[in-house]
Amino acid sequence: MAPILHSSQQWVEKYRPKQVKDVAHQDEVVRVLTNTLETGSCPHMLFYGPPGTGKTTTALAIAHQLFGSELYKSRVLELNASDDRGINVVRTKIKDFAAVAVGTNHPKSGYPCPPFKIIVLDEADSMTEDAQNALRRTMETYSKVTRFFFICNYISRIIEPLASRCAKFRFKPLSEDIMSSRILYICKEEGLNLDDEALSTLSSISQGDLRRAITYLQSAARLFGSSISSKDLISVSGVVPSEVVEGLLAACKSGNFDLANKEVNNFIAEGYPVSQMLNQLIDIIVDKDDISDEQKARICKKLGEVDKRLVDGADEYLQLLDVASNTMQAFGDKPEGFTYEG
Amino acid sequence: MLWVDKYRPKTLDHVMVHDLIAQNLKKLVTEQDCPHLLFYGPSGSGKKTLIMALLRQMFGPGAEKVKVENRTWKVDAGSRSIDIELTTLQSANHTEISPSDAGFQDRYVVQEIIKDMAKNRPIDTKGKKGGFKVLVLNDVDKLSREAQHSLRRTMEKYSAYCRLILCCNSSSRVTEAIRSRCLNVRINAPSEEQIADVLEFIGKKEGLQLPSGFAARIAEKSNRNLRRAILSFETCRVQQYPFTSKQAIPPMDWEEYISEIASDIMKEQSPKRLFQVRGKLYELLINCIPPEIILKRLVYELLRKLDDELKHEVCHWASYYEHRMRLGQKAIFHIEAFVAKFMSVYKSFLIATFG
Repeated sequence: MAPILHSSQQWVEKYRPKQVKDVAHQDEVVRVLTNTLETGSCPHMLFYGPPGTGKTTTALAIAHQLFGSELYKSRVLELNASDDRGINVVRTKIKDFAAVAVGTNHPKSGYPCPPFKIIVLDEADSMTEDAQNALRRTMETYSKVTRFFFICNYISRIIEPLASRCAKFRFKPLSEDIMSSRILYICKEEGLNLDDEALSTLSSISQGDLRRAITYLQSAARLFGSSISSKDLISVSGVVPSEVVEGLLAACKSGNFDLANKEVNNFIAEGYPVSQMLNQLIDIIVDKDDISDEQKARICKKLGEVDKRLVDGADEYLQLLDVASNTMQAFGDKPEGFTYEG
Repeated sequence: MLWVDKYRPKTLDHVMVHDLIAQNLKKLVTEQDCPHLLFYGPSGSGKKTLIMALLRQMFGPGAEKVKVENRTWKVDAGSRSIDIELTTLQSANHTEISPSDAGFQDRYVVQEIIKDMAKNRPIDTKGKKGGFKVLVLNDVDKLSREAQHSLRRTMEKYSAYCRLILCCNSSSRVTEAIRSRCLNVRINAPSEEQIADVLEFIGKKEGLQLPSGFAARIAEKSNRNLRRAILSFETCRVQQYPFTSKQAIPPMDWEEYISEIASDIMKEQSPKRLFQVRGKLYELLINCIPPEIILKRLVYELLRKLDDELKHEVCHWASYYEHRMRLGQKAIFHIEAFVAKFMSVYKSFLIATFG
């Protein structure tokens, strides 16, 4: 593969921490892994947590630090969800790789080179249950020469037998301070100008996901040049401006159906993604003090239902209109269910 | 040549409606730092126009010399090989396809064609015009989940050879993984004033006399869809010229048909009427009006005529049946179910109100 032009390199890749100790905010994991680097012993690991908190980064960094770039190819197998990972792959590719024995001594390289290989299974929660089951025995049989790193967002989708074979580490969402310091560092390296307002907007729209924050930052930098305002960030992130969300809520409060319908129509014509709208609506609704708990429950129930429908590919306009109508009913404390349903 | 094509802006400098976006895109190209792009917005807002202008900016006038080709791919899928046929639009530097036309086999198409392009990539990687090709994918929101998943790996793997430009209506249906790998560009529908401006501009170029307020009226009828506004403007021109200030703007025939259906439903609620309505719905479906558009228009017509009290109920059921239509196979069942539901609701409303 030809080398990628330097300018078009993703900043996410460019600023990925290369060493375990540089991984921000995840103290327990870092402590355990530093220990691993010293002693060369390591359990199977399971990293879980929300996206953009450094799970993959940690796994890759430890692999690199253990083996160095020379041995990396022969000692580490990386598989993520876009590779084919059905039960056949588990039975052949993973098993073959796991079964190979490794030599113990590589004193020249200067890396610890412990006597085992690492298989990194990124996005392990999208593996089928069958494939996960097929892994159980493999993990134990070859545990002398192979360590598994599972990386996933939802631990509940990893079957219990696998989870119990691993040391589990939860990755916390990054706090605002840590995000800001990382972002400011990147800005300095890239020669960007970011004011305080833009910085706080960036932390709030990325919701603790550092990767997303960096991606937004890069997009904005590409489009708008070196000085970036908070409006620019909002426009590249696809976040709906809060005035628009408030506008829709106000229309719902007014109890005028046609007004709400008009708002919905405008919203669609402006081209905002409805799924994003639902996310922001739910944040606002849950925080509002002037809505009773019962009303909140009713609105949220509908939001959940509509979110599922959107995933199924339903039409955005009709679904958003349904949300608006339901919200309006809830605000007006109209009885649930319909009068004329016959 | 239709006015829609004749007055389509050819370069980013001539774009009238989204001039700000166009300037930003131009900056992207001149800096030689073009990421993958995802354009999203309602139809008729100018996504395609911007994409074509962008390609021209990248590759010069050569980007407009496209040839249409019907290609067949042989793909090995596990044990058997399948043939996939798809229409492509190609120029020397870019390829355009609508992969969702291949149905559930779309993932093979996406992978194959990108690999294909990577194989025949332009040689002068240090050349001025960028050492990559561009693949334009239409309707990415209609791609299956699997295809979207395989796309994201492909995007990274071949990013040195080819750039993707994705185009879709609703970005909700594109997975987060793809969205986060692209520069997202939201194209909003032009406002009515902007549409009116464009119409007046075209009128001037054609040497037409526009009565005041005429362009604004067409714009209002167009639902903020520029393509539709220009088309109906041209229809008006054909029907009657010189324009008079009170000239009627002909609605689309299918819209009129649906409004007829709506008033049919409002007039009588009975199995017999339902049967008649079914015939009309079939007529629309046979004429290739997409079912969700029929349902949406029908809801629009019904909502106009109803009491506030009933509107909530109707829009609830509309969204309910639209969702089912998406899950199900045959659209007519669900539209008809909606009509039947509406009839029953409306009838009990009438009985409750008037006895």
